[in-house]
Amino acid sequence: MARLKLKEHVINRDWCKGCGICVDFCPKQVLELDSKEKVIAARPEDCICCKLCELRCPDLAIEVLTDRDDKND
Amino acid sequence: MSVKEYIRERYFPHMWCPGCGHGTILNSLLHAVDQLQLDKKDLVMTSGIGCSARISGYVDFHSLHTIHGRALAFATGVKLSKPELKLIVPMGDGDALAIGGNHFIHAARRNIDITAIVMNNRIYGMTGGQFSPLSGAGKKATTAPYSTIDSAFDVVKLATAAGASFVARSTAYHVLETIDILKKAINHKGFSVVEILSQCPTHYGRKNKEGNASQMLKFQKDTTAKIGSKALEKNPLLIPRGIFVDNDVPEYCQAYDEVIERAMKGRKA
Repeated sequence: MARLKLKEHVINRDWCKGCGICVDFCPKQVLELDSKEKVIAARPEDCICCKLCELRCPDLAIEVLTDRDDKND
Repeated sequence: MSVKEYIRERYFPHMWCPGCGHGTILNSLLHAVDQLQLDKKDLVMTSGIGCSARISGYVDFHSLHTIHGRALAFATGVKLSKPELKLIVPMGDGDALAIGGNHFIHAARRNIDITAIVMNNRIYGMTGGQFSPLSGAGKKATTAPYSTIDSAFDVVKLATAAGASFVARSTAYHVLETIDILKKAINHKGFSVVEILSQCPTHYGRKNKEGNASQMLKFQKDTTAKIGSKALEKNPLLIPRGIFVDNDVPEYCQAYDEVIERAMKGRKA
């Protein structure tokens, strides 16, 4: 299986409520809350595309776009 | 297809509190439906009252936001009149097992093809944090400042005893397991009960000093174990997760069709 390659983290700042679940459970500490308590991808180069942030987000506010997804689309 | 295709975006951001487990359960359900490639025109969601019940407004399926505890009764009506539709009924712990306790056990007994999801946050969140039949003894709530003395139901045991033909448990933390279980529950022909432990940081977490949403999720991780795992064998006090019942028994609508056929004795309607 080909490894997923990160394209970008799409974050919906209007939907993010800053609960911090994605930040706390990211296995690679890619995410952080900014001064407005909204999530940002601080270290996208460390992302392993596990997509657990996307799956655990209670607000559907984060989506991890990967290269293989694009081919499927 | 993206999960966004299955929601009514105009109602977002949703009304649930920051870090509410119900949002994660909605997320898991959308992924399950997406992975099964179900057509939203074939899906019906009925819900009762409470934080959990607001979920039916957010999904772009056929939806009924009904009265407290009666979501399963409405779902039974929909299913019997249109058996080709898939019924998903998310309920809160109080909605399913206090106010709707009777509907719950009888829907399970009939084995009607409905997927019941019990979003168990162990509290009545919307009305201000009263204890529910799933809070358990020794927990604090606004109606139990000196802690509750009521024991909790075990949803899995209750549903199994009542005759549900698919019974499973997961948590808001274990998203991949939840998606997998929900897919199986939706595909199961018969009454499926999926209990998903959810966190209410606003009421339950604050009252019981369980910390913020992430700490409550970690608690779910630490206090549960998969059935058949070494961890559960070593510590039977952990809450088991997984699929407990998956039986192939006659489904209600099918049995009802057979009654119609017998009554008609081969005549055409």
